[in-house]
Amino acid sequence: MGILGAAVPHLAVAKVTADVAAPLSPVEPAPAPASPSPRAKPANQAVRIGAEPSTLARRLILGIIGAIFLIPVIAMIEFTFRDGLAGSYTTSHWTGLFGEDSARTYRGLYQAIENSLVLAAVTVGIVLVLLLPTMVLVHLQFPRLKRTLEFICIIPITVPAIVLVVGLAPVYSVVVKVLGGSTWTLAFAYGITVLPYAYRAIQGNLDAIPVKTLSEAASTLGAGWLTVLWTILLPNLRRGVLAASFISIAVVLGEFTIASLLNRRNLQTALLQVSQSDPWVAVIFALAALALAFVLLLIIGRLGAASPSRRKS
Amino acid sequence: MSLATAPAPAQDGVELTARHHPRVAPVKKPSNRRRRLAYAGLTPFAAYVLIFLALPTVLAVVTGFFSDDGSLTFGNITGLFTPTILATFGSSFWLSGVTAVIGAVVGALICYAMLGTKVGGLLRTIIESAASVLAQFGGVMLAFAFIATIGVQGLVTVILRDTFGVDIFADGVWLYQVPGLILPYVYFQVPLMVITFLPALTALRPQWAEASATLGGTRFAYWRYIAAPVLAPAFLGSLLLLFANAFSSFATAAALISQGSQIVPLQIRAALVSETVLGRENMAGALALGMIVVMVVVMWAYSVLQSRTSRWQK
Repeated sequence: MGILGAAVPHLAVAKVTADVAAPLSPVEPAPAPASPSPRAKPANQAVRIGAEPSTLARRLILGIIGAIFLIPVIAMIEFTFRDGLAGSYTTSHWTGLFGEDSARTYRGLYQAIENSLVLAAVTVGIVLVLLLPTMVLVHLQFPRLKRTLEFICIIPITVPAIVLVVGLAPVYSVVVKVLGGSTWTLAFAYGITVLPYAYRAIQGNLDAIPVKTLSEAASTLGAGWLTVLWTILLPNLRRGVLAASFISIAVVLGEFTIASLLNRRNLQTALLQVSQSDPWVAVIFALAALALAFVLLLIIGRLGAASPSRRKS
Repeated sequence: MSLATAPAPAQDGVELTARHHPRVAPVKKPSNRRRRLAYAGLTPFAAYVLIFLALPTVLAVVTGFFSDDGSLTFGNITGLFTPTILATFGSSFWLSGVTAVIGAVVGALICYAMLGTKVGGLLRTIIESAASVLAQFGGVMLAFAFIATIGVQGLVTVILRDTFGVDIFADGVWLYQVPGLILPYVYFQVPLMVITFLPALTALRPQWAEASATLGGTRFAYWRYIAAPVLAPAFLGSLLLLFANAFSSFATAAALISQGSQIVPLQIRAALVSETVLGRENMAGALALGMIVVMVVVMWAYSVLQSRTSRWQK
């Protein structure tokens, strides 16, 4: 094959090899093309012989477990309409949020939300500026470091936040001296906690596109590495980058451990504090945050789902 | 065929090199300078990971070996083996084990129910997104949810008490104790199981079911002799991941339990924030070391099982 394609530019070789390989090699024990008809049929149209549950069983299982998982959410919603410990209901907790005094009464909470949003933005920045270029570089130039990078990015699962925070305390006493005590510095720690999620999202995308071919084609045509990264690779990595950003935002908005033990104010620590004096508002904000995270992850899910059909067309 | 051979005679030189190195792409090798530049490109991330991941991890472990005045000691490490701390590790193991098993079984049931649904379909996307939210986003808000559900005045508590005459707190309020953590933990363990175990089910190929049926196998035989052995490593791996997840989880417990330190993460909190008891800061280091040892063992076993799992996912 190599000799056959020798003089053709190697991009073309890859294509030709791929197209020609299957019909050319009848000697190989490749069962796939031999009997395509039974496999092409979607499994759920066949007689039920294998693993799949019946529709009734599926609905029963998902229905019952789904209902049980909805109970706490319903209880939270019901709770936000309660009027103190008495049995009656009121909408005052919701209307109070939109009243004139709201900005003043819940100043601390709004400040904390702002902090969390800033933290989410800086964390996404860290992912995009530090992690993404490194992953592309390793993918292109240092394929042998790929396992190492993966190992590093998975470490935060083995060293959980509650352990990390013990060592972060002395690190942050230095960080505060150098960069000041503003909230955004916490994003350095959050960049570590989101590593496993962001890595997986971007790596999935990197593996799915021919990064090397694309960048070599571009540099053959005279593009510098910055042009390659910005105009060629980034648009192709859009889905992975978006997914990594969204999952980072979701993780940062839900982060409690590090902020709490380093005495910083973010959404979660403020929620816990507010819940002591005004549990109803705390629950309302918790519901809103849950809904926001659900929407973010739903978008990630749709992004992922869009991929196979796009590639086919 | 003709397409590949046609231009060959035109360029002799290229053909020659390609014959000798058939797999090497005819792209110029990066010069030394470029190579060095590329290495330089790795340094920002390397520095970042060193300062905010490697350094804290080392510091966390090392502080456990020092006493308050900075001298080397094994006092904190031996302190891990006092009855109180051992009991905390015990209840952490118990809580993580119980919720991991419940989460794994219920989560696997959901995965089973989703067999045959379309990958990327609406139902699957919604369940996967909901699972991601609940698995990663719970924390403090899960504590709120369960106080609103089975707190002293919680919705379920009140309904059970007023309508069915069942008092779930007849023997005292257990929600703010370790047993009270089981339900909230299961609430994020089941979704995590769905996320980690669902991909493993793609290993079950329809052909195997067809082959089994062709040979006269029943559905039970298929599950007993084909599906179960194939899925076993993935199931055990996910179980371990769930265990590690519960073991290292802090936020829900911190929000629910404000008094006492019944599990290891709460014990670390107590050691970190206490200023009254001298020498406790370094105890946090020893506890962190203990946690890391447990986590490394569990995650190592997980990766071993994971490599056995990936064999079927190609």
